[in-house]
Amino acid sequence: MVQLEHYLAVAAALFVIGIFGIFLNRKNVIVILMSIELVLLAVNINLVAFSAYLGDLTGQIFTLFILTVAAAEAAIGLAILVCFFRNRGTIRVEDVSNMKG
Amino acid sequence: MSSSDLAIILPEIFLALYAMVALLVAVWTGKDKVASLLTWISAAVVIATAIWIMLSGGETRVAFSGMFVDDAFGRFAKVTLLLASGFVLILSEGFFSRRGALVFEYPILIVLSTVGMMVMISAGDLIALYMGLELQSLSLYVLASIRRDSLRSTEAGMKYFILGALSSGLLLYGSSLAYGYAGSTVFKDIFAAATDGHVGFGLLLGLTFIISGLAFKVSAVPFHMWTPDVYEGSPTPVTAFFASAPKMAAMAMFARAMHDAFGNAVADWQQIVALMAVLSVILGAIAGIGQRDIKRLMAYSSISHMGFALIGLAAGTQTGVSAMLIYMAIYVTMNIGTFAFILSMERDGQHITRIDSLNMLSKKEPVKALAMLVLLFSLAGVPPLVGFFGKFAVLMAALDAGLVWLAVAGAIASVISAFYYLRIVYYMYFGSDEADQIDGTMSPIQWSVLMACAAIMVLGVINLFGIDGLAANAAASLVIN
Repeated sequence: MVQLEHYLAVAAALFVIGIFGIFLNRKNVIVILMSIELVLLAVNINLVAFSAYLGDLTGQIFTLFILTVAAAEAAIGLAILVCFFRNRGTIRVEDVSNMKG
Repeated sequence: MSSSDLAIILPEIFLALYAMVALLVAVWTGKDKVASLLTWISAAVVIATAIWIMLSGGETRVAFSGMFVDDAFGRFAKVTLLLASGFVLILSEGFFSRRGALVFEYPILIVLSTVGMMVMISAGDLIALYMGLELQSLSLYVLASIRRDSLRSTEAGMKYFILGALSSGLLLYGSSLAYGYAGSTVFKDIFAAATDGHVGFGLLLGLTFIISGLAFKVSAVPFHMWTPDVYEGSPTPVTAFFASAPKMAAMAMFARAMHDAFGNAVADWQQIVALMAVLSVILGAIAGIGQRDIKRLMAYSSISHMGFALIGLAAGTQTGVSAMLIYMAIYVTMNIGTFAFILSMERDGQHITRIDSLNMLSKKEPVKALAMLVLLFSLAGVPPLVGFFGKFAVLMAALDAGLVWLAVAGAIASVISAFYYLRIVYYMYFGSDEADQIDGTMSPIQWSVLMACAAIMVLGVINLFGIDGLAANAAASLVIN
């Protein structure tokens, strides 16, 4: 029987993979965008699992909002990425270093 | 949903509708040809909304069964941020149009992000908070990269986007845990779930993630790393905007989330916020020392100032919140004035931001240099000026709450950070004559904003223009007890 803890464990694993994907990846900015999606999906699993467990619909409504915003966020991220690529000619993570910070 | 709910969020609806109508009209008519006019109209609309909210007053009203709260606290923060947005719009019009870079999206994006900030300040529910935050953030990502043919601007936008999206992810993960363990996303239900002064482990984990996400937005250490790059890379008017309105909004949202949702567990978040505050003031003070670019310097300065505002929040008391509000209002005013000056820095028609270009400014432009001196002294918190009273208020709030170490650390960091503000003053008054100096003239608008802000820093000493009373009233509406 799949319990609440199992869902939470999967979500936590996905969340951690997503965070590590953002920080450890040295190759491509697209991978960072994918990692961000992974983080948001982990949150969605959490919310739906809690929603089913609590018998309360708010969590699923929250999930729908997150899905919508994530789509808008990805669109803006890709748009900025395209602009950056036009100026720089590359999207390797090491090359996003015009300013040192 | 009833008409009384809609009446409560009328200012937000009005601004959102204005932004959409403005977008349609601009696309339909002249596009970038109407950009200048659109910027003026937007500034007028935003400032008119500020006055509308200022005059509306009244007691706390709740709309959409707790999702949206309209209280004195929210009104104080909204008026501050609306005025900041309005003045940034006024300042940016001249800067962009002289370089032929004013696009009609710019004022619309500023207005949209302002709507997002107003929603997140008034959010009484995690979903509303998230939606407001994202409306603000998505607009800000685009604003950072608004010069889409500039490598630095797009790079700033990309860095901001990646770290901003990560922070939203952290905030959401925290929200999902808070929802799961409190059984609701409404702040007052989460408040009720935290009984006897402490939250359970699951809720504590959620609280920690929510604080991390919020700390990104206020650029508190250890979540500050995007700030210098984004400030440096963005076009200067956008930097001026980043340094003012969103900071006020994020700080107000932070305070509301802590007090409305976790006000029963002050001890649980107090230590996290206090730690972030002390790290921010110290890092902001030390890392700013080596900076040669005034926009990067302002980034570290804003990290340090956010640390001071967090000291007020960390006190966890009503005086703490009111000190934080006073501090933020003063900070925003100082920043608008300083950026009015930075926007006018140019040499041979090129905008430059190197600090050493200010050498011996006092000889050429004594009035400008004096106004800048007043603002820098105020940023440093030198006693007779208003900036000192902001610092004094938060440090006293920390002392009252028994956080002596925090107040001491704040005082020490304030002395260290005075170094880099005073270095600019040194350059302006005692620098060398040989260096490349700025030679541009200020537009009348920049000049009057700079002078007005400097005058506020001097004249406000008398009674702070009464904002301390308003802030105390605002804090009383937020903190119960």
